[in-house]
Amino acid sequence: MHAIIDYISSYLTSDKTPGAAGNMFWVLVYIMLVFAGLSVAVIAMNWLERKILAHMQVRLGPMRVGPHGLLQPIADAIKLLLKEDIMPAEADGFVFWMAPLIVVLAAFTVFVVVPFGPTHAITDMNIGILFMLGVSSLSVLGIVMAGWASNSHYPLMGALRSSAQMVSYEIAMGLAVVSVILVTSLHGSGLYGVGGAGAGDGTLSMIGIVRAQQEQGVWFIFKFFPLGLIAFFIFAVSMVAETNRAPFDLAEAESELTAGFHTEYSGFRWSLFFLAEYSAMIAVSSIAVTLWLGGWLRPFPNLLNGDTWDQAFSFIPGITFLFFAAICFYNAVRMPKHPLFRVQTIGLFGFGVVLGLIGLALFVPAVSIRVQDIFWFAAKVSGFMYVYIWFRGTFPRYRFDQLMQLGWKVLLPMGLGVLILTAIFGLWPSIQQLIQRLI
Amino acid sequence: MHLFLFLMFGAVCVGGAINLLAQRHPITSALSLIAVMAALAGEYLLLGAEFVAAVQVIVYAGAIMVLFVFVIMLLNAGEEEQTKGSRVAILLGVPGMLTGGLLIGWVVLRHSGTESVPIGALPGHPTDIAQLLFHDFLLPFEVTSVLILIAIMGAVVLASKPEASAGKVG
Repeated sequence: MHAIIDYISSYLTSDKTPGAAGNMFWVLVYIMLVFAGLSVAVIAMNWLERKILAHMQVRLGPMRVGPHGLLQPIADAIKLLLKEDIMPAEADGFVFWMAPLIVVLAAFTVFVVVPFGPTHAITDMNIGILFMLGVSSLSVLGIVMAGWASNSHYPLMGALRSSAQMVSYEIAMGLAVVSVILVTSLHGSGLYGVGGAGAGDGTLSMIGIVRAQQEQGVWFIFKFFPLGLIAFFIFAVSMVAETNRAPFDLAEAESELTAGFHTEYSGFRWSLFFLAEYSAMIAVSSIAVTLWLGGWLRPFPNLLNGDTWDQAFSFIPGITFLFFAAICFYNAVRMPKHPLFRVQTIGLFGFGVVLGLIGLALFVPAVSIRVQDIFWFAAKVSGFMYVYIWFRGTFPRYRFDQLMQLGWKVLLPMGLGVLILTAIFGLWPSIQQLIQRLI
Repeated sequence: MHLFLFLMFGAVCVGGAINLLAQRHPITSALSLIAVMAALAGEYLLLGAEFVAAVQVIVYAGAIMVLFVFVIMLLNAGEEEQTKGSRVAILLGVPGMLTGGLLIGWVVLRHSGTESVPIGALPGHPTDIAQLLFHDFLLPFEVTSVLILIAIMGAVVLASKPEASAGKVG
């Protein structure tokens, strides 16, 4: 008994990820936490997307189930689980059954290496970013399988479009990622800090990439301005295409293909596709945050450094939660004073109390030191999530030839150019020496 | 634990390969080939060759096999008819395969020793591979890339419509 407690508590003082420390108990705990957190995030995204889209179109969005429709996603989940599970008669049973599983597995497995904080990752691999790209590239297989196995026209068209799109945008995405990996090996500090040839080893590990940004004192989006910004732009465009979201949602273009590759899916299987789509969005956003936006680092870690600023920034998570709690209280007070709304009002008030208590807990230094990394990471990722919804609300859908043109004729050459320029910038001292020697 | 994982991935690998031959539909064959590729990646990972495993998944399972499946779907290939196989294949093929397999097994067991390789003993770290690719074997690497470029250009020429290519060449 004592040994077990020792085994469990020994990790608490460690500064490694549970996977790297080899502590199976904490690995399991982290896996469960990440899984639960993701599920909650997907539920929250579902509600937020409907609400934000609705408000962009001057509608109210879901209002009936729960206060301001807060319980709508849960009602939807119950509805989906209770729905009849239909499989088309001519469908290929095994492939039809496998497809959603592969998509979900690919979408969730990538979170093994996502660093929510210096110690808050399930594990740290020295091929972290490659692992993420590789596993997320498997999801296209699931989509193709779903489209083919349905044995129906629209899903097949959707799957063909989707696979062509994902394979071509993966290249641009990869080139943008390579330029960041190159930058991790250039150890000069600051915006234009450059190292000579053999300046140091780069890294492919997700935690290593964030640490490189900390060490160089600049988020990679600003490194070699504007090269980092362009690489980030390429990644940001191709990540929307990779996740089949508007304006690149040709794979499930409602007006042309009903629902694209998952037209024939219903009930629980359909909800797996839904889950996978949103968790893939979170996954690619966390890649973008880790590679360009400093991962778990707080804003301005170098410009506004020192204990006072650290203290000030450590209050922000708590203040944010208190702000959300205040919004809940405000709306609970404004609820219609009618007996029918009593349960909803009490529920909203209770939700506000929970948020407020979390906010207060975050003011305790011992808690906030451990958790603020996760807060900053989640805040950056949720920024991306908002942009996703914003895109969907504002951009018209691309035509397929325009999509291919953008991928192959614009983003791919841009990616190559950025990669070469980054290499030239980074190794400028050595190149200068070389030129001088030649002259 | 490692032995168990090795056996599991090995079983998936062999099972997928047999399934690839036994299936009648091209798509199911291609899917079982993907299972083989993924299981191979798992075996590489067990050897500590993380980079090779990741590349195996990205290139083979993620890109090449997707193109395979894509092409099969585009051609809309139906189920193949299963022939009973020629008598020559059974008479010569099965004994030949058995002898070949036994020969390979004997050579491997005889000449390489059977001691297990500890994880990390192989040069599988990305830095080692980068050193080899971009420093020690830079010239062969670059020449290979030119070769692949020529292959791409050949494919483009072959795939373009006859009139269009004739107009450009002439």
